[in-house]
Amino acid sequence: MRAMILVAAACLLVAGLFWAGADTGMAAEGAAAVDPMAGTGSDMAWWMWPLILLGFCFILGIIAVLAGVGGGVLFVPLVSGFFPFHLDFVRGAGLLVALAGALAAGPGLLRRNLASLRLALPVALIASACSIVGAFMGLALPTNVVQLCLGGTIMFIAILLLTSKNVVRPHVAKQDAIGLALGMNGIYTEPSTGEVIEWKTHRTLAGLLLFIVIGIMAGMFGLGAGWANVPVLNLLMGAPLKIAVGTSKFLLSITDTSAAWVYLNQGCVIPLMAIPSIIGLMLGSFVGVRLLAVAKPKFIRYMVIGVLLFSGGKALLKGLGI
Amino acid sequence: MTTTKYDKTPKEQVTYANLLFYGCWGGLGLMALTYLIYVFGLLDPQVPMATILELWSKPVGEYLSVGKVPVGWGWAGLLGKGDFLNFLGIALLAGMTLICYVPLVAAYIKKKDSLFAAIAVAEILVLAFAASGIVGGGGH
Repeated sequence: MRAMILVAAACLLVAGLFWAGADTGMAAEGAAAVDPMAGTGSDMAWWMWPLILLGFCFILGIIAVLAGVGGGVLFVPLVSGFFPFHLDFVRGAGLLVALAGALAAGPGLLRRNLASLRLALPVALIASACSIVGAFMGLALPTNVVQLCLGGTIMFIAILLLTSKNVVRPHVAKQDAIGLALGMNGIYTEPSTGEVIEWKTHRTLAGLLLFIVIGIMAGMFGLGAGWANVPVLNLLMGAPLKIAVGTSKFLLSITDTSAAWVYLNQGCVIPLMAIPSIIGLMLGSFVGVRLLAVAKPKFIRYMVIGVLLFSGGKALLKGLGI
Repeated sequence: MTTTKYDKTPKEQVTYANLLFYGCWGGLGLMALTYLIYVFGLLDPQVPMATILELWSKPVGEYLSVGKVPVGWGWAGLLGKGDFLNFLGIALLAGMTLICYVPLVAAYIKKKDSLFAAIAVAEILVLAFAASGIVGGGGH
């Protein structure tokens, strides 16, 4: 039964994309002849859009959880590729989507010590400062350049998802001096076994430097950055996978906050489209967590990689004006 | 070894989590409520719905000029308008991290952890700078 719901959700997602895409085409064709104040560029009534976005983002939320990716990384390329919204507003909404999801997950992760403040705070300071720079860069660059960079980044993320092999408990023989000075270590209880696991980091300087790039990309594209946080924390700095995933999700609540304020202050948030997106994605995430038990994550993961490659390609073509 | 659920979680981390929990769900609830007020037309919007449908496919600069939408904290002066009322919930969500950092500073000072107190203060300054809207321009 749950599997059928999942298949139906995937079909609805595809149907939603085609529907939105078709209306985008119509709107684009008619735009030149339409008075901007008349508001008749689209055949649809205004109230249809929040409903479509709510449904679309609900399904996106389910799929994002099952594929183990953040909502923003699916939201930005798909909504900018198939809906009639300008990239400025999609990035603003994308950051709020990623932010709301991270804020909602934060308390549980922090209480269970699956997100570590000792690990997150130094990293967050670098990433959030750089995400402000990224947000301004994204708003200052021509849209086609941002589209091109977004397309390239999305395709890179797809390849990263396909090839990266995270390590559940990386071996850290000796903590480096910076990690030691920052107290980047901790302890958590593995719920499945009851085992108490101690962890510490290494290669801290390299990790911190990479968060400069991650912060800039998060702000520039409004993607959230879980796709980059996890490999850096886990594979490079040696944090256990659970700590890396939990801290990464919590980290988004800080990194995306600073970039979200920039987009908010620049007028890039349209409540009519942003709020149903946030609520839809959050409701979808709750359902997705329940479906995790019966879903086939491998299939979903490959499906998402396919969707990312497709939407990344579309963003590249848009950027090239094709 | 027997452990309870949160026995290894630092106290300041639990405080942060509790503050975030109430702020986040309060923000989402407020957002849902103000959105309903907006879409059911209980308050007139600043930018009419039909105009938004035209403007959301155009760069933000056009939305700002045609819709007479203010930048920075200008939205705070338009809270009587249905669309801008929504910014209350959004601002609460976007402001939660900054609020949660304040007790962290005190907690780290109390623990004599001056490095992390300084990091927390620096983060507050970064977030306050982003939220202030001091640096403008750059929109298409």
